[in-house]
Amino acid sequence: MNASTKDCGHEIAMAKPSAGEAGTTGEWRTLRPELERSRCLAVRQDDVVCQLCWAYCPDVCIQQAIPPTINLGYCKGCGICAEVCPSDAIGMVPEAPGEP
Amino acid sequence: MSDAMTSVMTGNEAAATAARLARVQVVAAYPITPQSPVVETLSHWVEQGALLAEFVRVESEHSALSVCIAAASVGARVFTATSANGLAYMNEQVWWAAGARLPVVMCCANRAMAAPWNVLNDQQDSMSVRDAGWVQLYCRDNQEILDTTLQAYRIANTLNLPVLVCYDGFLLSHTVMPVTVPTQTKVDGFLPSTQALPIIDPNDPRNVGQVTLADPRPNAEGVLCHGYMELRALHHQALERALQVIPEVDSVFAGTFGRHWGGLTWKHLLDDAEIVLVAAGSLGMELTVVAEALRREGLRTGVLGIRAYRPFPGDAIRAALGGRRLVIVFDKAISYGHEGPICSDVRAALSVDTAAPIVFGAVAGLGGREITVEQLLAAVRKAHADCCAGMRRRPTEWINLKLQATA
Repeated sequence: MNASTKDCGHEIAMAKPSAGEAGTTGEWRTLRPELERSRCLAVRQDDVVCQLCWAYCPDVCIQQAIPPTINLGYCKGCGICAEVCPSDAIGMVPEAPGEP
Repeated sequence: MSDAMTSVMTGNEAAATAARLARVQVVAAYPITPQSPVVETLSHWVEQGALLAEFVRVESEHSALSVCIAAASVGARVFTATSANGLAYMNEQVWWAAGARLPVVMCCANRAMAAPWNVLNDQQDSMSVRDAGWVQLYCRDNQEILDTTLQAYRIANTLNLPVLVCYDGFLLSHTVMPVTVPTQTKVDGFLPSTQALPIIDPNDPRNVGQVTLADPRPNAEGVLCHGYMELRALHHQALERALQVIPEVDSVFAGTFGRHWGGLTWKHLLDDAEIVLVAAGSLGMELTVVAEALRREGLRTGVLGIRAYRPFPGDAIRAALGGRRLVIVFDKAISYGHEGPICSDVRAALSVDTAAPIVFGAVAGLGGREITVEQLLAAVRKAHADCCAGMRRRPTEWINLKLQATA
């Protein structure tokens, strides 16, 4: 479907619940979560354990896995995953050089 | 009963009767004076089985309108009523109902806003939500309350807009007068079945009123969707279409029931009038008595009643008032620090007219302050004298104000 020509025709704001309904919110991010595999409990136990980052992500950007995977297309960089990680496996890294 | 029946009833009973005849399916309301008898009457009928509707008791006006919004979103015909601080309390949802383009019909028994606390009539409450994107209609007597509430459903369904039916608290809400009640069959023929934009269906879920940023943006399926400003422009266009739809509905109503109310505005002794008195609601009826008395004094006076306040009937106002000598606008509300709201809008509508009359504003009846014909006569005579003395503008006149002049 061509986004430049097709109009929704709705008189009200309306969408089907779906991934990315509000756009690729990853653009909003200033800090990027980076997961250090060797610290992640799931990797260390080679099982789908812990997964607290998945449970707490408010934007449903994290998939359960060994280790959990983060969809940076939608991650807004809120840092909740880094806060809740019991083994400090997730660090928040500035997206642009020079930012704190 | 095959024929219309005339009963003596209050304005509140007329509003409730219209909601019953419209076959409302969901009523949600919180009691507030002077509206309470509207929903008390409806709750009585629901309890009796005379009205097949869900009556939802809520803990606040905010929830009352929220319930109506939810019910309208699944396609139900809804009704609520409120006044003053109740309307203020539901303010957030007033905007939501409009932006979600839901055909909600709400009656407002006009009452003064607190503080200080006051349960009596003025029109400050509904004026304070004039910009929210609802159609606002003002009634002058109890028959018009019944008829306008029925018309409101047809207007709401035609345009996907909520409609606020305003009538003066106590002066109409608690005053009895003869009202002709149409038959259910005729009302059924007049009112189409309701259909909201969209009908929410659990099997085909929708997110309605989701985050909508400044610019148009493709949705998850790649279809370009409006930005916030496009949706607001469409909303505004719907209000502008109401300038045609309100008179059309009044005219279809007249064809069915034999009564019409003027559409956007109404006129009394206006044809040759040099002085025109403007007001919304029951005050307009009192001004007809004033105009007739002034004509006996030799002042050619008429009345222009505002029935539709939003959308504002600028063209009708220009057509009715262009070329007159003097227009006096009586507001039962004020935009504090400026002037009466109807006065401002009338001035603005006339500003591009080279034959614009002089417009003086007056504020009257705040918090139930009595407005007598004698006071109105004196106010018009004074305005006429000021006009004859060459005055082109003057401060808003406060009718029957009892402040002592300070030394």
